[in-house]
Amino acid sequence: MKVNQKQNFLKGLIKENPVFVFVLGICSTLAVTTSLESGIGMSLAVIFVLFFSNVVISLIKNIIPNDIRIPVFIIVITTFVSVVELIMQAYLPDLYDQLGVFVALIAVNCIILGRAEAFASKNNVLSSAIDALGMGLGYTIAICLVSIVREVLGTGLITIWGNAKINLMPIFDFFHVKPSAFFTSNVGAFIVLGIVIGIVNAIVFAVKDKKEKIKKEVKANG
Amino acid sequence: MANLITLAFGALLIENVLLYRFLGFCPFLGVSKKRSSAVGMGLAVIVVIVLATIVTWALYHYVLKPLDIVYLQTLTFILVIAALVQMVEMFLKKVVPPLYRSLGIYLPLITTNCAVLGVASLVIAYEYDFLSMLIFSFFSSVGFFLVLYIFSGLREAMEQAPIPKPFKGTPIALIATAALALIFARLGGII
Repeated sequence: MKVNQKQNFLKGLIKENPVFVFVLGICSTLAVTTSLESGIGMSLAVIFVLFFSNVVISLIKNIIPNDIRIPVFIIVITTFVSVVELIMQAYLPDLYDQLGVFVALIAVNCIILGRAEAFASKNNVLSSAIDALGMGLGYTIAICLVSIVREVLGTGLITIWGNAKINLMPIFDFFHVKPSAFFTSNVGAFIVLGIVIGIVNAIVFAVKDKKEKIKKEVKANG
Repeated sequence: MANLITLAFGALLIENVLLYRFLGFCPFLGVSKKRSSAVGMGLAVIVVIVLATIVTWALYHYVLKPLDIVYLQTLTFILVIAALVQMVEMFLKKVVPPLYRSLGIYLPLITTNCAVLGVASLVIAYEYDFLSMLIFSFFSSVGFFLVLYIFSGLREAMEQAPIPKPFKGTPIALIATAALALIFARLGGII
């Protein structure tokens, strides 16, 4: 059972990564990745909503009539989105302004509704909670990867949180190049995300090929 | 008047919902593979966005604001959108069956299209009056239709192109979108 839960957690990171493999939640991935700080803020909000909506939906899955399950899921999800919105407005107003309308749009983020429909409505509470954490972390990995690439190439800085910044300008100076605002613009978002997904795909394909080769060799030898 | 024209062109081209605001991307990647389905989805989106924005705008200004329950905005908006989509679907099924047959399958997908909730929330955030709201929502959704249609043509052509295997599908679609976004961004000069 324990091994099973571990796999359940790890599948969201790479093998079933919601952004890279299922291409869900692309809108927010494109919009909030201008700096690592807003990426981390968005990921935390998504993990919060995903975790609680998965747990609640898994708890009430036997009471919901099958015909109206989607509206019920949406109400549960949106309730937690409102909670996040209010908390952010109260304690992190700067981050809330930066993310803007995309906090409210977590309500229609396909990752969350997708996990509710595909996983939480069929599994017990513990598995659903672990699934939510794994998927949330997978989303975080994707967002952080894209936002680091965009922020470094766009501004030469990495903003971790508030004033905690890593300055990479010396590296740019060493090569006599300048960061270009192109990468933090909307056009840069599409290009960077496209190339990152392509590279991740290339790595996944290469690993798969290698595994198959090893399998074949084992078969040939044995 | 000049303001409204600027608003219309801004919403249609320069600050396009898809290319500038990144709203409605999931259905964009999903239905842009064929030109016919792109037209169906685009038309359905125009109808739903305009109707939903009118209703949510009225709801916000005449119910939520007077009662001081603005924090329920997201929750009420999404319920209104879901109900509206259902109603449009039933109306089409009853009154215009041929249109229902061509648009029907796209309508349920629109509930989770973030462009609908996005435009409805933006109109509130920008504090538009009724006329500006109407123009913004109409031209935003037409902008969605326009980009979706152009891109479905591009995508049909890309099917034949020799693209490296890891970049097939979504990655190349995103990179092509970047080129389109670059063109649209430069249209700012016409205003």
